[in-house]
Order: sequence, then structure tokens, then C-alpha cells
Amino acid sequence: MTSVDELMDYAEVVERYDPVLGLEVHVELHTNTKMFCGCANLFGGEPNTHVCPTCLGLPGALPVVNGKAVESAIRIGLALNCEIAEWCRFARKNYFYPDMPKNFQTSQYDEPIAFNGWLDVALDDGTVVRVEIERAHMEEDTGKSLHVGGATGRIHGAEHSLLDYNRAGVPLIEIVTKPITGTGERAPEVARAYVTALRDLLKALDVSDVRMDQGSLRCDANVSLMPKGTTEFGTRTETKNVNSLRSVERAVRFEMTRQAAVLAGGGKITQETRHFDESTGSTSSGRTKETAEDYRYFPEPDLVPVAPSREWVEQLRGTLPELPWERRKRIQQEWNLTDAELRDLVNAGAVDLVAATVEAGATPAEARSWWVAYLTKEANNRGVELAELAITPAQIARVVALVNSGELTNKLAREVVAGVLAGEGEPEAVIEARGLKVVSDDSALEAAVDEALAAQPDVAAKIRDGKVAAAGAIVGAVMKATKGQADAKRVRELVIARCS
Amino acid sequence: MSDLIRSTAAELAAKIASREVSAVEVAQAHLDRIAEVDGSVKAFLHVDAEGALAAARRVDEDVAAGNAPASPLAGVPLALKDVFTTEGVPTTCGSKMLEGWRPPYDATVTRRLKEAGVVILGKTNMDEFAMGSSTENSAYGPTRNPWDLDRIPGGSGGGSSASLAAFEAPLAIGTDTGGSIRQPGSVTGTVGVKPTYGGVSRYGLVAFSSSLDQAGPCARTVLDAALLHEIIAGHDPLDSTSVDAPVPPVVAAAREGANGDLTGVRVGVVTQFSGEGYQPGVLRSFEAAVAQLKQLGAEIVEVSCPSFDYALPAYYLIAPSEASSNLARFDAMRYGLRVGDDGTRSAEEVMSLTREAGFGAEVKRRIMIGTYALSSGYYDAYYGSAQKVRTLISRDFESAFATVDVLVSPTTPTTAFRIGERTGDPMAMYKADLCTIPANLAGNAAMSVPSGLSDEDGLPVGLQIMAPALQDHRMYRVAAAYEAARDAALGHTVISQVPQLEGAAR
Repeated sequence: MTSVDELMDYAEVVERYDPVLGLEVHVELHTNTKMFCGCANLFGGEPNTHVCPTCLGLPGALPVVNGKAVESAIRIGLALNCEIAEWCRFARKNYFYPDMPKNFQTSQYDEPIAFNGWLDVALDDGTVVRVEIERAHMEEDTGKSLHVGGATGRIHGAEHSLLDYNRAGVPLIEIVTKPITGTGERAPEVARAYVTALRDLLKALDVSDVRMDQGSLRCDANVSLMPKGTTEFGTRTETKNVNSLRSVERAVRFEMTRQAAVLAGGGKITQETRHFDESTGSTSSGRTKETAEDYRYFPEPDLVPVAPSREWVEQLRGTLPELPWERRKRIQQEWNLTDAELRDLVNAGAVDLVAATVEAGATPAEARSWWVAYLTKEANNRGVELAELAITPAQIARVVALVNSGELTNKLAREVVAGVLAGEGEPEAVIEARGLKVVSDDSALEAAVDEALAAQPDVAAKIRDGKVAAAGAIVGAVMKATKGQADAKRVRELVIARCS
Repeated sequence: MSDLIRSTAAELAAKIASREVSAVEVAQAHLDRIAEVDGSVKAFLHVDAEGALAAARRVDEDVAAGNAPASPLAGVPLALKDVFTTEGVPTTCGSKMLEGWRPPYDATVTRRLKEAGVVILGKTNMDEFAMGSSTENSAYGPTRNPWDLDRIPGGSGGGSSASLAAFEAPLAIGTDTGGSIRQPGSVTGTVGVKPTYGGVSRYGLVAFSSSLDQAGPCARTVLDAALLHEIIAGHDPLDSTSVDAPVPPVVAAAREGANGDLTGVRVGVVTQFSGEGYQPGVLRSFEAAVAQLKQLGAEIVEVSCPSFDYALPAYYLIAPSEASSNLARFDAMRYGLRVGDDGTRSAEEVMSLTREAGFGAEVKRRIMIGTYALSSGYYDAYYGSAQKVRTLISRDFESAFATVDVLVSPTTPTTAFRIGERTGDPMAMYKADLCTIPANLAGNAAMSVPSGLSDEDGLPVGLQIMAPALQDHRMYRVAAAYEAARDAALGHTVISQVPQLEGAAR
């Protein structure tokens, strides 16, 4: 259990081996109801409150296919450049597990709704890699087991287990790539970029919440190595529990270094499921399957075939939104961005936020400077995604407007934003509570100017002699005295007026 | 009282509607009869006297208020096979696995019966999970045939058919996966109909083999079966395999048939269903029935359906395959029996111990056959081949129905056998369904109507009539014409010959 894997240095791994990737992504659709019954499809909730005879697998209950889920599956397939089946069936995947109400999963097997597609994926430096899609098929999610009393929350050592079937029957689309070869040292980066691109695509399609932290987007990474120059794929492992984009990259990289060490030492890779540990960045062996599991697939007799008409498919093709990469191209032109600027924007995950801020009235430059420069740092400090920060594009646009109207200085504006991020309310409320208005009362400023001139008589004399450049020192002193809340331009005008 | 329990459903409904008798009196008469004879027949697993009387009272109130009857069978009692879910009322499927389970929901069939004002007396005995041809596989002991209490009432729906023959109920509901409505009908001298697949909703019918299971009406007359058929049939959005088409006009066909004219109707005799293994008295009864049809004006032709010879083996791969998956849900996690949960065992061990204790031998046998047939490496040879046979059987039906309107055969090769006679020989038991299975595999309509008594043992014989999918009315017309002619020739109904059971009680 506690044995530490030997790892090979990454540079040596990619010098000696070619990695082959296969990525399986499960997407929970955010349809109103479940895949085969009328229960609400909601994340969480009191255990076993979104259940009925069908999703509990009660004797006699029957499934009915959710038409909206089929529609989403077809739209995903079309967006992934897949062919859409004219006729396909569900199958039963038979295996016993307590959180599976029927002890079979209703899933598509050899007749997926969508197949043979591709997705172009851009890496950080702009390189585009085409990832071939094997299939996208429909299935249902399982319930959840909660293991109580054990040290780790896993089944081993638990005293008892609780079952929650709220998730049972939630519609899932499984998207499977063909083997991804030829990516060499960039394999981990390609894996992350693929999942990122897929996530953005699914978001644009508005078919899923695509929240990896909540499990509505889940990635299993298959990794194998083959000696450089050979073409026969090595034995692969399948790593599960990869719950963030960063983890996708780390898990692939770890498996490459682990498998390389095993192979270099003359060992064999065990075909197995491995579990990714977020805290250590390593994978560990799950149950090793002595024999391949036999799921005894057969066509689901309780359902009729799904046969989407070509008219419907074409109609759905017409509903595809502007795809994320097309949108980026358009935005780059409209906002006049360099490739590097666009990449920064994309890498920061800020495209939508900046666009929304522009929509709310800011210029692209103003919006970018907030989201890409300042707020990205704030997000990193907090260890969250940019979109998860407690501030909205509308709020940023309002702060920008206040700066433009002279009611806030840039420095004050940052304080206002910090206040919003800290949960102090709307920008206006933060300004009020923290007293962050620009001091625009001339009599108050004049008093501060007089005080500063009196404190530095030699500087005052220079200004009176016409050396206007010297005014900066007085302006600085006044700004200091007013704690930055004065408008520097106005202070300068007052200084010069006083000395003339 | 005797009058009420011997009446047809149509007569009872008319008397209740005209307030000649109350629905409560009718229900009580049948409950009394059950109390009197069911100790020896054992047709019922659960009698819901309270629920039945409450339902009857509602019908009486409705009639008293001057409302039109909820249906042509409002107030008529019925025996429901224990494979349909009934909200709050025990549903066991004849298995220990579900002992004590009270479903939280009604099957669509149950709901339609209730909405029609039909009075559900209780739940009838059956082979465990509908697997069997004698009810001997019930975990609660066999039902006995009212014609001879030492003989089987057929199966799996032996409880439903026996309740009709014992005059415990004028109507019953069965399910037919390979003959479980028709074969019990045949051996008890009652009418049993397997409608077109998808004609009656399977929602709430605990699945044995999803692609074969079909619920249908059981009665003592063809017209009563037709009236019940129209109540339970029709599209159900909760069952994806339910046919979205108008219900075939079976009541009109039964009434038309009763006029006794079959001129222009072409009847095909399936040549595969005779010869070795068929009891001579059964074949003689069948031949007499065919002669009767000819007298009524029907044109008789012989039809060969060569693939029917492979129906039985194909069935015993497909049905167990689906069953092995359908019955996987009985795992002690959410409902039903739980064995070995002592705080030390894993869920997996509890599942295993429960299934070991909860399923009977025949159910286990079929789960094992099905699991094997679906296994990788065997799938193509077994399940795959069986599906091909299924296609061939459908083609045989298609070409037969291109030349004839209905097909006929004996319903089952023998009359009722003795309890225990075939329990040690599964193959002998399976052969009871030889003639009924093809219609399940092809999904078309089929029924059994009594063709009198076998001359060698005095036990009932059934005539099977098969029709194309969604042409259920064709067989009702032929059956009703035959029934009228048969009774006229005999001078009495077949069911009137069933021995008296009074005195047999307790």
C-alpha cells in the first residue's frame, strides 16, 4: 500500500519513449430532468429526495428516454464534427454495485449517437493539435456511496456505507478520443488543453455546468508508452479521479514518469485503473483486474431505438452557437489584439469576463487591464478560477466608469475592488463604508496646499519664480496628506494658482 | 349467491349498472367464495377484502348518484396476477425475495383497472417471477386445478386461471412471456389472451423478459376477455415499447363473431404443431374444433412454419438472458429480502447471501443460463443466434399471414398434468409452451379458447388462435364464433362441467 513508485526524469522519459494518450470525458448534462425519468436533475439536495420508481430501479418501473438529452448529445456531436447515427440503441452494461439501482447501467455500447469527429486544440504557444474523437455516447450516472467510519472516506476500513440515489439516472455524455499520438514531451499539455477546449465548447453549447469540482465534468486519462521509433502501443493504465484541469496535466506527466521507470527497469505495466491523488500529484493502483470484467452488454429491451431524422439533425446544426475558437478570432479582430495579448486573455480564462465587462460599458483595454492584470493575480492568490472571484463584470464596469468620471482615482478604484472581493458589497457600498471618495472640495484642498507650501518655503519660492516643474513636490505632499483621495490634477492647478 | 359467482362479467356489470344488484354484494359473494374454496385451490397469495369492498362501494355510490358507469366492467371483481405493482398492497411475484414488499406505486394496468371501477379482489399465485408452466415454482406452494385438485392449473399464471375456474372471480389478469396466459387458460377451460406485444403497458409489470412479456385478459367467455382487453390496452407514455396506435376493436369483433358466421375467413392450421408428444385426446379435440370452424364458413388451409421448430431453444436463450439482467436489481439494498446483514459483512456478501436465499431453483437456473448466454465469447453463438431465429419466426408468421387471416393450433400438447409429475424434468416442463412461444418471439397476438374436454381424461383442452400484430380483433371474432358453435353443439358451456368444489374447503 505504501510503496513509493520510482520515477524517471521527465527529460529522459521523452527522449526514450513516445506517449500515447486516450481521454474519456464524462459530462453531466444540465437537463431539467433525468435521463430516463421525470425526476429533477439537480446537484446535491437532501439524500434520496430526487428519486422515483424508475431511478431507484423498483420492480416494474421502466425507462423513457429524455428527448432533451438526445438533443444535447446530437449538438455535442455536431460541435465535435462527428457523424450522427441515423439509428442507434441503448444497451445494458451489467455489473453489481450498491449505488447502481438496477445493477446494470443503461448506456450506449456499439451504437453511439455520435462518432468519428475531431477537435482542434490550441496550446499555450499557439500550436494547434487536432484531437480525433472516437465517439460520444449517452448513458446514465450512478448514485453515490458515502463510506462512514473509515479513516479515508474510502470503502476500506469503513464501518458502514450510506447510499444517495439523487445522482442515479442523471444524463451523461461520454466523449472518447481516438489514441492521441505524436505529442511527445507536450503530451501532458495536450491533455490539459483538450479538456480545456472541450469544457469551453460544452459551456458555449450550454448543455452542462462543466464544473470539474462538482463532478459535472470528469476525465479519465489513459496513458501508455512505447519505445521511441516503435509503433506498437504499450500497455495502458486508466487514471481516474482527475478533478481539475491542472490535475489532468499532472496525472499524465506522473504516469509517464512512473511507467518509464517500470519499463526501463525491465518491468511490465499492469493494465489497471489508477487513482489520482490531488495532494501528492501521484497515482496509485486501484483494484487490479485479474480478468477483464465481462459486462455482458446486450441491447436494452425496455427502450426503442433512437433514430434522429436528418431534418432534425440539420435543424440542430443551425442552433450551434459561435464556437469558442471562432469567437476568439472575432474578438481578436474587434479588439485589435496581438496573438500574445489574445493568448494571455485566453490563458487567464478571461475572455467571457472581459467581453461581459465590455458589454457593460468599459473599453476592451480597460476591461483587460482589470481582469488579466489585477484580478488574475487576486485569483491566483486565492487559489480559485478567475470566474469564481466574488466580483462581476458589471461591477468592474461601474468602477471603470467612476474612474473615468474622476470620482475615483486608479488607486482608490483598486481599494473599491478589494472591498467587493472581500464581500463588503456593491462598489458604491464599499466607497461609502470606506470613505473612498475623491476629495474635490477646493477649500479643503487649498488648506492642505497652503500647509505644504509653508512646510517647504524653498520649493514655494522656486514655483513663484516660474519653475512650474517644482510643483510636483508640493502635489506629492498634498496627496500624502489626503491619503491619496485628492485628484492630483486639481491639486496641481491649485498649487500653481496659489503661487502666481 | 351461486348465481352471482357463476355469472359472466358482462352480466354482472349490467346488473350493477341497473341496480339489480350492488357491486358490494357482488364483491362479497366472491370474497365468500374465496373464503370457502381457496384453502384447497390456493389461487390467491393475498386477498384484499377491505380494498375490494371499498372499491365496490365507490362504484355503488357512483351508480346511486346517477353517473354513467366508469366502464363496461364497473363493479366487476377481478383477480390480479401478483406480478403487477399495487400501491400499498403486497406484491411478491411468487418469490421470497419480495415477501412483505408493498410497492409505493401502481402499475399502469392496476391504475386503469381502478379507474374503470373494476374491483380488485387480491393477488394471484404464480411461478416465481413468472418462470414456469405449473405454479409449482411459486415460493408459496402450488395452486391446484379446480378440474382436479391433484393437477396443475398451468403456469406461470395458474393462480389467475384457477380463480376463474373455481368461480372465485369472473375476470383475471395474467402475463404471457412464453404462454403464461394461454397455457393456464387451456388446462383450466378458460379464455386467455396475449395481446400484440406493446398493446398493454408493461409499466409496473415486474419484468421477466422485457422483449417478450405481455399482460392480457383472462375470463370465462370471449366477450368478457374482450371487454377487459379494451380497459387495460392502449398507449402508455411510461412504457417506451407501448404501441402508439388505436386499440384494436376487440369487443365489436367478439360481438360480431357471436353471430356465428365465418364465411370468407381463411384459417391456417400450423402443421408443425402435431404428432409426437401430443396427447391423442388433445389432437382429436383440436381436429373437432377445426371441423367446427369449417362448418361456420371458414376456409381451412394447412400452413407450414418450419422455423417454429427452433422457437423453444431460441426462447430458452433470450428469456433467461433478459431475466439475468432484469433480476439483478434484487440485491437487498433498497427493498425486499435482506440476509446476513449482521454488521460484519460487506454489501457484496449480503447481496450474494440474499440472492442465494431469496431465489428458487428455477430462477437460479435461468439466471445462470442467461448469464452464460450473454458472456463474451458466447454471445454470438447463443443470444445472437437466438435473435436470428426470432427473425426467421417473424418471417414465417409474415408469409403465413399473407395467405391466411388467423393461424390455429392446440394451445399446449397435453391436458393438465399431475402436480410433481414434471418438477424433476425441466425439459418436459418447458415443452408445455411449445405451441405458444412463437407468438411471443414474433410479438403478434394469440389466445386460447376452450375446445371442450379430452375424451381420454375428461380434462379441458385449449384451441390457440393467432393473429398478426395489431389485428387482435381477428382472433376474437373467430374465437367468439367458435365458442358459440361449441356451446350449441355441446348443449352447455365447457366451464359448467367443472366439478363442484364445495365441501373441499378446509
